[in-house]
Amino acid sequence: MGSIVVQSLGKAYKQYPNRWSRLLEWLSPRKKIYHNLKWVMQDVSFIIRPGEAVGIIGINGAGKSTLLKMITGTTRPTTGSVSMSGRVAALLELGMGFHADFTGRQNVFMAGQLLGYSVEEITRLMPEIEAFAEIGDYIDQSVRVYSSGMQVRLAFSVATAIRPDILIVDEALSVGDAYFQHKSFDRIREFRKQGTTLLFVSHDKGAIQTLCDRAILLSAGHLAMEGKPEAVMDYYNAMLADRNKHSIHAVSSKSGKVQIISGTGKATVTELTLLDLNGCPVSLIEVGQDITLRVMVKTNELLKRLIFGYGIKDRYGQLIYGTNTDIKEVVFENIKKGAEIQFDFRFNMDLGQGSYSIQTALTDDGYNLSERYEWRELGLLFEVINTTKPIFAGMLWLNSKADGKLLNNN
Amino acid sequence: MEMLKSLWVYRGFILGSVKREFQSKYRNSMLGSAWMILNPLAMILVYTVIFSQVMRAKLLGVDSAFAYSIYLCAGTLSWGFFSEIVSRAQNMFLDNANMLKKLSFPRICLPAIVVLNASLNFFIVFALFTIFLLISGNFPGLVYIALVPIVIVLVLFALGLGLTLGILNVFFRDVGQFFGIFLQFWFWLTPIVYPINAIPLAFQSITRWNPMASIVEGFQLVLVQKQWPDWQSLQLVSSLAILFCILGLTLFRKHSGEMVDEL
Repeated sequence: MGSIVVQSLGKAYKQYPNRWSRLLEWLSPRKKIYHNLKWVMQDVSFIIRPGEAVGIIGINGAGKSTLLKMITGTTRPTTGSVSMSGRVAALLELGMGFHADFTGRQNVFMAGQLLGYSVEEITRLMPEIEAFAEIGDYIDQSVRVYSSGMQVRLAFSVATAIRPDILIVDEALSVGDAYFQHKSFDRIREFRKQGTTLLFVSHDKGAIQTLCDRAILLSAGHLAMEGKPEAVMDYYNAMLADRNKHSIHAVSSKSGKVQIISGTGKATVTELTLLDLNGCPVSLIEVGQDITLRVMVKTNELLKRLIFGYGIKDRYGQLIYGTNTDIKEVVFENIKKGAEIQFDFRFNMDLGQGSYSIQTALTDDGYNLSERYEWRELGLLFEVINTTKPIFAGMLWLNSKADGKLLNNN
Repeated sequence: MEMLKSLWVYRGFILGSVKREFQSKYRNSMLGSAWMILNPLAMILVYTVIFSQVMRAKLLGVDSAFAYSIYLCAGTLSWGFFSEIVSRAQNMFLDNANMLKKLSFPRICLPAIVVLNASLNFFIVFALFTIFLLISGNFPGLVYIALVPIVIVLVLFALGLGLTLGILNVFFRDVGQFFGIFLQFWFWLTPIVYPINAIPLAFQSITRWNPMASIVEGFQLVLVQKQWPDWQSLQLVSSLAILFCILGLTLFRKHSGEMVDEL
């Protein structure tokens, strides 16, 4: 129960040169073809095992929604097949096809009946659906007056009223406010624990990384990459930055992590190390330890300007801290080809226990739209341990002072 | 077979949709479902008062004050039933585009909902009309049951035609526009308002090729003349009903997958 098998799935739309040609084609006795096929997706295959959570990412128009529509069966694939086992609940776009003229309650019944519940079951589940959606009196008003957030709240509540074997969620949830997003993610996590298979489309890195075991990257209707969410996300980010000209390549480092390197390649980071006060390289660092990040950069072409930036990420790929030499006002200009530059960043490692990675960037002005000479994910991995400080929870070492007074004890 | 099975599986949804549509029609009105009765009552009253009392219109060969108003009601009710199914069916895929694009359910549910909805409306109105016949002493008696097969033929014909047009309308939007106009001509070319013998003989024979004319005529014969309908004349429309049902289902099977891409 709960597996999804997608086999060489493809989708093409028929395009006719003019309005009459479809009619000609229908009436043509010799089955003459008048249309061109416009392929929006080709040869996508993957298997999702029961209980797995898979995220789908890709830029707008990459085919994410088309893929989900074919999986849920609203659109018929041109080639290939999809097979699923178990009860499926899908939340595609807004409102689950709510009918604007009917009240929220009527729509709940309709959606519920389409999910295969009986009227009695829906009546029984109704209080819970209402409670989860938290839209108050609106439940008895026509959906016409709902905000998009309300529609999503109601749709999600109906779709997840009974735990499905497979839950498919499009970007819909991003419409909900932060409060509802938390609530719905909690519910999704709960279902995951109980064995629901999850297929999830989102642009929200955090959501994909914390919810999914695996990620699939779609690009121009093809499956571009499949793997650990972290690695796929890095690849995706690199792809976003280098849409036009640059190359992307993935290098497996010693530790088995995949480094994603992209950019024009006009400059490159040749060395990236963390040094302790004695100048010795370390990869195991004490909480609060005085540390220097040393970076060696080599130029491969004449550069008008060079900015180096780095970011520290946690193991989910969330950025904890980042800065660059533009902000720090250490800027080099008109550098010849083959020059070498050394940067040192000194700081206290006030992070919580865990493993972290460092991403680096070489650009011409330090902001996102500039030319990227090199962008490197997972350039360096290190571990923060706590043997000298009192135990604390979380990602940051804030070293708070505690004070307490007993005010009333009678 | 597959279709019948999915209709059965989704019966809850179909019946629920019919109920919801019925409710929502009167949801925002103060008198609510009373309108459902008031509307046809007004129609019967207007026809009766104007034609039998004010204009004293008489039908040739029928000696009853109410004859013409019954004739009118028989014609308009059966035509109304037909045109409701066809015009709703030809737009059903377009009207439900939102749902078709987002939810996966057997598309064949839509024509079922259309037919059930129209039938419900028709049966309410026709029940009222029957009560009027009983009260005014014009109930035709045993021949009344002859309406059952006529209604079945009417529904099949309307469904087949509506389904065919509905699918064509998704791919060629001109179909819907054209048929809207066509339906108006068709109404006036069918002896609904005027008796068949009011038009020249040459045109009367053409009317035999109008499938709706034989249905409407069947209703009129039963309700006005209190006679058994001319079963022979229903042959054409019955064969057309079967033909359109087959054509509609074939088109449906072939193109229902492609339909969502065009919505």
